[in-house]
Amino acid sequence: MGLFDRHAGLLEAYRDVRTTGYDPFQIRMERVLSPTEAIINGRKMLLVGTNNYFGLTFDPSCMEAAIEAIRAEGTGTTGSRIANGSYSEHVALEQEIAEFYGKKHCMVFTTGYQANLGLISTLAGEGDQLLIDADSHASIYDACKMTQAEVVRFKHNDPSSLEARLRRLGDRPGNRVVVLEGIYSMLGDSAPLREFIDVCKKYGAYVIVDEAHSLGALGDNGRGLCESAGVLDDCHFIVGTFSKTLGAIGGYCVSDDPDFDILRVTVRSYMFTASLPPSIVASVRQALKVVKAKPELRTQLWSNVSTLYEGLAAKGFKLGPQHGPVVGVHLPDPMTAIGFWRAMLDAGIYVNVAIPPATPNGVSLLRCSVCAVHTKEQLEHMIEVMTGIGRQLGVLEDRTLRVVGGAR
Amino acid sequence: MIVETDGMTDTLERARVSGQSRGEVIREICRHLVPFQTGERPITGDTVIAKDLTIDSLAIMDMVMELEDHFDISIPMNVVAEIHTVDQLADTIQKLCARR
Repeated sequence: MGLFDRHAGLLEAYRDVRTTGYDPFQIRMERVLSPTEAIINGRKMLLVGTNNYFGLTFDPSCMEAAIEAIRAEGTGTTGSRIANGSYSEHVALEQEIAEFYGKKHCMVFTTGYQANLGLISTLAGEGDQLLIDADSHASIYDACKMTQAEVVRFKHNDPSSLEARLRRLGDRPGNRVVVLEGIYSMLGDSAPLREFIDVCKKYGAYVIVDEAHSLGALGDNGRGLCESAGVLDDCHFIVGTFSKTLGAIGGYCVSDDPDFDILRVTVRSYMFTASLPPSIVASVRQALKVVKAKPELRTQLWSNVSTLYEGLAAKGFKLGPQHGPVVGVHLPDPMTAIGFWRAMLDAGIYVNVAIPPATPNGVSLLRCSVCAVHTKEQLEHMIEVMTGIGRQLGVLEDRTLRVVGGAR
Repeated sequence: MIVETDGMTDTLERARVSGQSRGEVIREICRHLVPFQTGERPITGDTVIAKDLTIDSLAIMDMVMELEDHFDISIPMNVVAEIHTVDQLADTIQKLCARR
């Protein structure tokens, strides 16, 4: 058997995708012009699939901070925190994030993926029970493969499904660790966190909440769903990323647990990888300051979400269950999704296409992510373009035909 | 935990006591698998779920979640990973029901 034979099915599916002319998994941004525009295939595209929720990748103050840091401390750290030492800025960043959440401790990781992978697989060990939402991100599933704990899935966003699984454990020994996400990355829906927390309290379970897509977007101070649901103190560990709202890369975990620092010598994805370079640490510290200083970015983001979500819904598109910075547009099957995606690219708009097995319940989606600095005109243009394509592809009912039919 | 294929008499006895007959368990599993059937080939105890049916790994996990709620048991993901055939799945369900 050849090394790639086991991927034959996937290879075939991938070939089908590429017959459409573009390969959605190998899009090349020839030049990125701003948080909302880039040159792709030689032409200017509107970007509505970048997770760049506040548009901070081009914030002048964040860019300056990064440039200054490179001049002062060089391009990289060339080593890990435990083997090669921390820079003062790593420690300062950790203090600032802990402060932002009002938590005692923070640990910074090189990516958000590594934060989930290392933290979850370390916190739940042999004899423990790890309970995860069925629609969890790949980083959470991958952590499950690394842990010795028993892993059980519960139905997406369903506190009663979690409760049934906690109840079945009865008085079996072991820690119960529950993993939830603030905003789910495919459909943009939020967890009913307060209800989940009530269940977890009842059964004495620890709670980890991943705020990757909700940092900045939710809560009066942008701390995420934990803040907007009023349960910051009940979340034992909050994980997040610097690669979305904060416009760079990296992951973090905050907690009040007095023994938190033991994680620095137990979490392998922290110990055995190079630490964040000075430029990233500097731009993230500045981005956090911007998030605190400019709550209007959050207001603008939600106003844009409303424009896009309501606009598409009014045209008859089937969307994710609630408003969110991610707007998932349901399409009937993978080939329609890819065809739709390609037609949008031809029309100068870049979004993401998500098809099984990367999506929950085998759905096919166009995944749009909204940015605070999108203009209303850009989003209205997008709705118009999508409506046209939707009618051409038969995804939306053609209203002109219906009128003719009705007049007969 | 690894699915045992021997000691069936004992397993069956315990399952009978807890009220889940082999037939009932197999029937319930098949009910969930029928939508993924390929061609005319019937689903039997020997059916290899991931190979003989058009079902991906995620759909298998979702089906397991439905079975968990039907029988009021939890089947950990690492146990699911060791299950290949309908018979093995039924064994696991009966064993967990007996332990309830």
